[in-house]
Amino acid sequence: MLALEFPPIDNLVKWPAYFGEDTFYAFNKISLISMLAMLIPATMFLLSKKELVPSGLQNIVESTVQFVENQVVMSAIGADGRKYLPLLLSMFMFVFFGNIFEVIPTFQMPANARMANPVILALVAWATFISVGVKAQGFGGFMKSSLFPPGVPKALYLLVTPIEFLSTFLLRPFGLAVRLFANMLAGHILLVTFGVLCITLWQASALVIVLPLSFATLVGLTGFEVMVSLIQAFVFSLLTAVYISLSLHPHH
Amino acid sequence: MSFLASTAAQVVELAAEADAGAADAKAEAAASSAGFAYGLAAIGPGIGIGYLVGQAVQAMARQPESAGQVQTTMFLGIAFTEALALIGFVVFILLKFA
Repeated sequence: MLALEFPPIDNLVKWPAYFGEDTFYAFNKISLISMLAMLIPATMFLLSKKELVPSGLQNIVESTVQFVENQVVMSAIGADGRKYLPLLLSMFMFVFFGNIFEVIPTFQMPANARMANPVILALVAWATFISVGVKAQGFGGFMKSSLFPPGVPKALYLLVTPIEFLSTFLLRPFGLAVRLFANMLAGHILLVTFGVLCITLWQASALVIVLPLSFATLVGLTGFEVMVSLIQAFVFSLLTAVYISLSLHPHH
Repeated sequence: MSFLASTAAQVVELAAEADAGAADAKAEAAASSAGFAYGLAAIGPGIGIGYLVGQAVQAMARQPESAGQVQTTMFLGIAFTEALALIGFVVFILLKFA
């Protein structure tokens, strides 16, 4: 009765290249969104005026910086983490603008729903917290504080050290990348599912009475995805800040 | 000779069919277990996030002045708890489509 045909996953996440197909320089929708996610925040920050009483664009930019400074840097690292604000702010903006294209018509694809973007961001976070740790505590000190947590009986280190190694150096970047990727892919598939459902109901003669319900859900989920985009950007930069803080001040 | 050749061709055909059947059965089993993979993976994190947010709301209601800090910690906790469900979702995608 209801011929519901869900498109194969390749149709949802793989995009043909605008130019340079099958070469290293292939440029598709994901590349375009990534470029925009880099350029839009940069333009916003460059165009905003630097006046004492902010107005318009400057308001948005300043409150964003303040949000990241208070909610991410100050709450996770503390005052000595101010020098990581540029990194965390650019991460926040890039992830957020990569995500928000999920709900912008004609794009409707989060750049972070392809694994490449989250992996690179997670590798940046990984390299940052390791280099910060090595710089703050020295190589031996960093290894000691991250692999040999204090207050554990000596014999238990046989068990604890491999677990700590796995969780610190492998699961942290893996978790960062997979969290962002899976959240955005799940949101994208959710919106596609309800979009396909709405189209199918529109074509089904009798069932069209259910369409308003399904369409209302689609609208609601779109709003939900805006919130998810923001929360994922926040969580990504917050977790990076927490890892930096753990490298900066090890618990004794 | 031609009889032998045709028999050999038949055997090869049957083997290919059996292979395809096994691959089909495997794909079918993977597709039907995909739903279970995500459903089971969502139980624990669902309970966990509910408990976590409930406790955070209680903490914020008792001490509204520490709401900001509680909120940040709550998001951290949600991020860690949610990771398990998301890995289940990735397993679902792998089973269903890969």
